[in-house]
Amino acid sequence: MDTIIDRGAPKARNFEPYASNGGSIVAISGKDFAIVASDTRLSEGYMIYTRKQSKLFQLSDKSVLGCTGCWCDTLSLTNIIQSQLKSYLYDHNTVMQPNSIAQLLSTLLYSRRFFPYYVYNVLAGLDNNGEGCLYSYDPVGHCEKVNYTAGGSSGVLMQPFLDSWLGNRTTDNPVTEEEALSLVKDAFTAAGERDIYTGDEVVYNIIKKDGIQTGVVQLRKD
Amino acid sequence: MYVKREDWIPGNFKNVPDTGRSTQNDIVQHGWTPITTTTSVLGVVFESGVALAADTLTSYGSMACFQNNPRILTVNQNIIVAAAGEYSDYQFIRDIVEEKVRTEKSLNDGISMKPKALHTWLSRVLYNRRTKMKPLWSTFLVAGIQNDVPFLGEIDKLGTAFVDDQIANGYGAYLALPLMRKAIDEKREKFNSKLTKDEAVDLLKKCMEVLYYRDARSHDKYQIGIVTKDSVEIQNLVLKPNWEVAKLVQGYE
Repeated sequence: MDTIIDRGAPKARNFEPYASNGGSIVAISGKDFAIVASDTRLSEGYMIYTRKQSKLFQLSDKSVLGCTGCWCDTLSLTNIIQSQLKSYLYDHNTVMQPNSIAQLLSTLLYSRRFFPYYVYNVLAGLDNNGEGCLYSYDPVGHCEKVNYTAGGSSGVLMQPFLDSWLGNRTTDNPVTEEEALSLVKDAFTAAGERDIYTGDEVVYNIIKKDGIQTGVVQLRKD
Repeated sequence: MYVKREDWIPGNFKNVPDTGRSTQNDIVQHGWTPITTTTSVLGVVFESGVALAADTLTSYGSMACFQNNPRILTVNQNIIVAAAGEYSDYQFIRDIVEEKVRTEKSLNDGISMKPKALHTWLSRVLYNRRTKMKPLWSTFLVAGIQNDVPFLGEIDKLGTAFVDDQIANGYGAYLALPLMRKAIDEKREKFNSKLTKDEAVDLLKKCMEVLYYRDARSHDKYQIGIVTKDSVEIQNLVLKPNWEVAKLVQGYE
């Protein structure tokens, strides 16, 4: 018997302006340092675009922005921030402080409230007193100052892990640089096991008074 | 480009052509869709340059419509670009890029565009159009030599831009990219070096053959573009498929 399959009217493919390109960010701040790390996998669906795309953007000698989500929005947003910082430098002959960058970023994100930058941001830096500071964002510009955070495709996996280790720290038991770095590495190795959008490598930046130290850790590549 | 202070909005300070702008009588149109399409492009970096491969077929739906539409563009003596997706959008970009190159030549200062600049420029143009919800439905591979170092980057219709040593899109990302990654990784692990030009070209030929067997929108006539420090060349090639492999496919009798 012949079967007629009714496929209905031909459907036009709607244009989807967003893509989810994966990637995760972890950041921890301490007494005199801030550490921010991202993986280097850029992907879409089951396809890995590249295995060596860092999602960290150095904005000054004491602030680094971690950016994941829709990669095309990430590129635009970071370009705008970087040129704004340049204008600020030329106008005021001063490098913008992290707390000011934090507000700028929030304003930029909210300026696209009804067609958002689909980007999760984490801004890490050293504040005016030389202490580590960290700002966490949502895609439309909500900003919160935190001590540690995880964002991106594995944010939901890594945040509870960080909560369990750093959630009830007091000032007389601050997190050390060594401890923070090993927590970052552990968070990413765990995330790499369960999230296909996180993997390949971790790049981290440790922001300190005398400069930014970078490093790479290998992750699963499958 | 000078931008008046009051006209300045974030992201509007770059030299992006003002196309696809909404007019007052514009009907809100949903479902932009490609009509005349091309299939995968492949790109691979070798020790002294970059090679791109793309077939010359433009499809109209499932019809093999235009069988001699080349889509590897020689931008200047330093850059080649290949496109996949909507062919008319490629032609549109090609015309603008060619105009850029002519303008640059007429300055006669001996300075020519570098691949990284074109890669970034294309990413801004495509992002600009996607933000207007009027995308140019094309993916571009930019290959060239940036300060004596081979450069290969991709930009898709959203403006997603990245750089790598081996890039493929469409079906090529599933069928050819694993072969390319394997060849490059093996060469690096065994000899701690990059592919030679001949190895890269042979690799691309192999990948185009593999794609021809399984990608129904592919074609046996194709081009390979090679850019090195001192030359740009585009070869016209014809595949010699061996359909004996078809007998190995079982289970569809």
